[in-house]
Amino acid sequence: MKARKAREKTAGHGTSSRLLALLKPEGSRLMLVGVLGVLSVGLVVAGPVLLGNATNLVFDGAVSKLLPAGETKAAVIAGLRAQGHESLVKMFAAMDITPGTGIDFTRLGQILGLAALAYALSVFFGWAQGYVMAGIAQRVVYRLRQSVEEKLASLPLRYFDSHPHGDTLSRVTNDIDNITTSLNEALSPLLTSVLTVLGTLGLMFWISPLLAALSLVTIPLTIAATAGIASRAKAQFIAQWAETGQLNGLVEETHTGHALVQAFGQRQAMIEEFGRQNDELSTSSFRAQFLSGVILPAVQFVGNLNYVVVAALGGYQVATGVISLGAVQAIIQYTRRFAIPVAQMAGQMNVLQSGLASAERVFGFLDAPEEPAVPGRDALPAGAAPAPLRVELRNVSFRYEPERPLIEDFTLEAAPGQTVAIVGPTGAGKTTVVNLLMRFYEIDGGQILLDGRDYQDLSRDEVRSCFGMVLQDTWLFGGPIRDNIAYGRVGASEAEIVAASKAAHADDFIRTLPEGYATVLDGEASSISSGQRQLLTIARAFLANPGILILDEATSNVDSRTEAMIQDAMTRLRSGRTSFVIAHRLSTIRAADVIVVMEEGRVAEQGSHEELLVRGGLYRSLHDSQFSVAAAKLTTCNTLTTREREILGLVEQALSNGEIASLLSLKEATVKRYLRNISVKLAVVSRVDALTKQRNYGVQLRRRSTRTP
Amino acid sequence: MSALIGLLRAFLRPYAAQLWIVIALLMVQAAGNLYLPDLNADLINNGVIKGDADHIWRTGGVMLGIVFALGIVSIVTVYLASRVSMRAGADIRDAIYRRVQGFSGVEMSRFGIPSLITRNINDVQQVQLFLQMALTMLVIAILISVGSVVLAIRESPVLSLLLVVTIPVMIGVVAAITAMLVPLVRVMQVKVDRINQVLREQITGARVIRAFLRTRFEQDRFQEANADITRVGLRFTQVFAVVMPLLIGIANLSGVGVIWFGGRLVSEGSMPIGNMTAFLIYILQILMYVVIAVTVIVLIPRAIAGAERIGQVLATVPAISDPANPVLPASVTGTVAFSHVTFGYPGSERPVLNDLTFTLRPGQTSAITGGTGSGKTTLLGLIHRFHEMTDGAVLLNGEDVRQQAADQLWSTIGLVPQTAFLFRGTVASNLRFGRPDATDEQLWHALEVAQALDFVASMPGGLEALIDQGGSNLSGGQRQRLSIARAIVRRPSLYLFDDCFSALDAGTDARLRAALRAETADATVVIVAQRVATIADADQIIALDAGGIAGIGTHRELLAGCAAYREIVASQFGAEEAA
Repeated sequence: MKARKAREKTAGHGTSSRLLALLKPEGSRLMLVGVLGVLSVGLVVAGPVLLGNATNLVFDGAVSKLLPAGETKAAVIAGLRAQGHESLVKMFAAMDITPGTGIDFTRLGQILGLAALAYALSVFFGWAQGYVMAGIAQRVVYRLRQSVEEKLASLPLRYFDSHPHGDTLSRVTNDIDNITTSLNEALSPLLTSVLTVLGTLGLMFWISPLLAALSLVTIPLTIAATAGIASRAKAQFIAQWAETGQLNGLVEETHTGHALVQAFGQRQAMIEEFGRQNDELSTSSFRAQFLSGVILPAVQFVGNLNYVVVAALGGYQVATGVISLGAVQAIIQYTRRFAIPVAQMAGQMNVLQSGLASAERVFGFLDAPEEPAVPGRDALPAGAAPAPLRVELRNVSFRYEPERPLIEDFTLEAAPGQTVAIVGPTGAGKTTVVNLLMRFYEIDGGQILLDGRDYQDLSRDEVRSCFGMVLQDTWLFGGPIRDNIAYGRVGASEAEIVAASKAAHADDFIRTLPEGYATVLDGEASSISSGQRQLLTIARAFLANPGILILDEATSNVDSRTEAMIQDAMTRLRSGRTSFVIAHRLSTIRAADVIVVMEEGRVAEQGSHEELLVRGGLYRSLHDSQFSVAAAKLTTCNTLTTREREILGLVEQALSNGEIASLLSLKEATVKRYLRNISVKLAVVSRVDALTKQRNYGVQLRRRSTRTP
Repeated sequence: MSALIGLLRAFLRPYAAQLWIVIALLMVQAAGNLYLPDLNADLINNGVIKGDADHIWRTGGVMLGIVFALGIVSIVTVYLASRVSMRAGADIRDAIYRRVQGFSGVEMSRFGIPSLITRNINDVQQVQLFLQMALTMLVIAILISVGSVVLAIRESPVLSLLLVVTIPVMIGVVAAITAMLVPLVRVMQVKVDRINQVLREQITGARVIRAFLRTRFEQDRFQEANADITRVGLRFTQVFAVVMPLLIGIANLSGVGVIWFGGRLVSEGSMPIGNMTAFLIYILQILMYVVIAVTVIVLIPRAIAGAERIGQVLATVPAISDPANPVLPASVTGTVAFSHVTFGYPGSERPVLNDLTFTLRPGQTSAITGGTGSGKTTLLGLIHRFHEMTDGAVLLNGEDVRQQAADQLWSTIGLVPQTAFLFRGTVASNLRFGRPDATDEQLWHALEVAQALDFVASMPGGLEALIDQGGSNLSGGQRQRLSIARAIVRRPSLYLFDDCFSALDAGTDARLRAALRAETADATVVIVAQRVATIADADQIIALDAGGIAGIGTHRELLAGCAAYREIVASQFGAEEAA
């Protein structure tokens, strides 16, 4: 318990010194704030002195007027002494009296004018101080946000996968917001308060060192009370901001899955969960607010106590003749004045505690372990002519969780320009291979070589600049279509963007949109279909023009026309590049130079389509059960003739009618007639239709694009 | 301002009693603080000047007692005020969250998720902070200021005329600056939304950003948003920096005025000088509390903007709301009947779906097909009330969906959406999402049907294996199978599969469908799909074209009897064969 407390304390100390370090670049401006603060406070503190003089002037004038003109002050005093008015004698002796004259309004005007000027100037300096301070606070917070953003780029993907998004968001919005408030409301005013306390104290010492010292006694008391409460409040503030992050996370996640929450009847459950976390937040923020809120009454209590003691003790001293009444009055006034900045300081401490708790969360994020640093130069210049590169994986092993081996002893080689098809049941580790190739995760053992150079000797950017990828997850950002495609390459021209869209068959649909390339996509509710999103990601990859390509063929359920377009675009994207394809289509797999069959993180088989079929292993069974499930059903259907089954098999492999005709030495028209017969014979006509039509469209696209390069 | 007052009035109502206690206690505090100087004067006039030591100690003792009492009262006040304001804040958050839970897709996309998050948490924070500070500081500052004004008038009505000038000027300054800043703060909260949006995209799109080396681009985008919010924040604080010095200045200048005019009055003999100094003390008192009030006033513009944004959410009546007297269907069979249903987005000219009439029966698989943008997903949304029809009626289990309580309606549906979304938690917590009391056996059975048994069994912890947000630690196919299993666990009478077999390889797909067929034998199954192959063996196909029904029947019936269906089929495969 004690150790924990000590640690919290040092952690808190670290946080405030780190926050102060952020203020360092603002050193000269902070000095300016200090100077302006001294000027402003000095003028404000000087004000009462001038006003005191003015009051005295009024008092002197009022008294003088009552006295007969022509007499001297000494004569008046002597007269009073003779009459036994001892107290009046004392008072008059201290006054500036010219019997018979009234209030000297000229001098009064001068003094008051001076006071007014002092106050006016203090308004100006006070504002200037706040103005400069505003800039400092905003810049500090700006830099803090920027460093969070930079941090984001150097965090491993593991971090995002394993932390609630909403909590990270909360640190940037809610916590940084809170820090801004703290800097604005606590830093510069705190300076003012401290200066005011010092100024007022100085004046009090000037008037009566004894009573001033008496007020000083209460200061350690105030500090002790404030510090004691504040340290307890801070623990609650930390809890408050952590729970704010948690609640933010819950809101973010349940809003993202909004339709599911509703349709699964979980509204009530989510509302209850929200209520539970909300109550926790409410409790911790109540504790934090109460504890820190008590600081002000505590300080006021000490201040009042001081006031009463000074009044009573001072009064007693006057009665016993130790001190003058005026001095006690002045001290009492100053202790009242003194109470203001002290109470303010207490309030600012409160705000500061909350800000520190938030700062701790932001620094916690900034301290999260980063991706291991790697040597290597800057990224290759963007848009460099792509060269198909050789990629080798040698005995690679990798696991997401230490106790759960995933990829073990994985070896694979892709020669420049080759297409590697990665197949295997879902969850076999295909996506993980992509993660490792793209270096989203670092391998635990073995080597990956890019054109003979070890990944370890290259920077991540260097590795990634050689790759292009089209994934299942069609992430596009909220912005114009044009910018989304241009994402592929920095500084792409309009013509290049359009060319890439054309190559990806995206140009046509983009032009049918009311605002064309300027159409703004929104993050969630998409104004374009999932197939169209996929085409945009392909265009993006075209523009990137990488030497190596990673494709994930699994497309969302799109209509066959779009699918044919996607397929064709992907085929063309592959040409002239080394490609890794997570393959789902038989035609792609057949055309691949190497097929890697994965099972439970290992390479089960490797080879060409024909080799693997002959081997009769896992690939064979996958092939039979998966890729040609429909064809297998159709080809074994005994209503079909052998020739018809043969033709159907070739259609499945995406050969054109012409190609089939030449392969089987038939006329193209005959092939067409066969196809029509097959359709009529089979109940599942659509399957045949779909196959032929999809293929035909693909062939057509291929022709069209060879005609217009 | 009215938004803030309205919001606070509505949410403070349950705490009215505590609130009145707080205000009463604040009045006690104010009175005590105002009484202390009086006692002090008494101590001096009747004790010190008369040399009565007894009186000094007696009065001093009374003052001490008051100080202690004030200390206790103010701690109780802080306790109650913190309790009320934090509870009210929690209530507002709760109300927003509840309201959003009733939103349909239309309202969700109108606000946008990042903005709804900011409104739910950050904006409430602003209002709550203001409330807390107002209750502990602003109210007492106003009470003491008013008390001081009253006492000042008692001392000298003539000099008080000065306050007639000063106080309106002070209020005017605060009002003018607040009015100036509220529009600025409105902009500021929109910028907070923007930061939230950019950052959220960067987290969800981390892979793509890194793959395309666009970290720099993203940093620029963020920097732009950051610079924006900084610019607005700077303007705000720079303008606000003038308030505090200005108000203190005005108060101090009125002190100068008191002496100038007071001096004349004293000189004329129409006012004793003691009244003038007393008056000065009250001015000082007002000054002290003006300073305290300003620290709270700083919070007003953001609280107002926050209250407006909260109000917008709370004032949004969800298009879909429960009827006053919900109807409970006599029997839950899963039958869905569309009767002349039309749906269009608000403000758009052409309806998405137009005059649809058909019935989906239990024990049958119905497929809905049509080209991109023909409204297939929207049609599903009308059944599970993610969208509200513009015209016509959808009957589920024999009753209009709008006449049923939404939660009752949803309890009979198993939805598998287009994109598989999993929640942070475990496999089991995700599967039990729709049915918290499901046994482990039932979960394993659902996993078996969904072809997910093997991979879940191999995960460390099995059912208790951890799932990251959105299911990001699983592959797309695994996510979809869990999403399907989640629907199966519910054992609903109506299954809605929205294009959800896409990430599965063909073998898994085939096995899953076969297993599903046995599982859903008695239920109504609706499959939305585009590929004719996927739907060819459905008992009933509803072909949509341009928002209307092109034909209903089996695949063969439609091919034979429905020209439009043939056209839909043809349109999928290009012009060559259709010709």
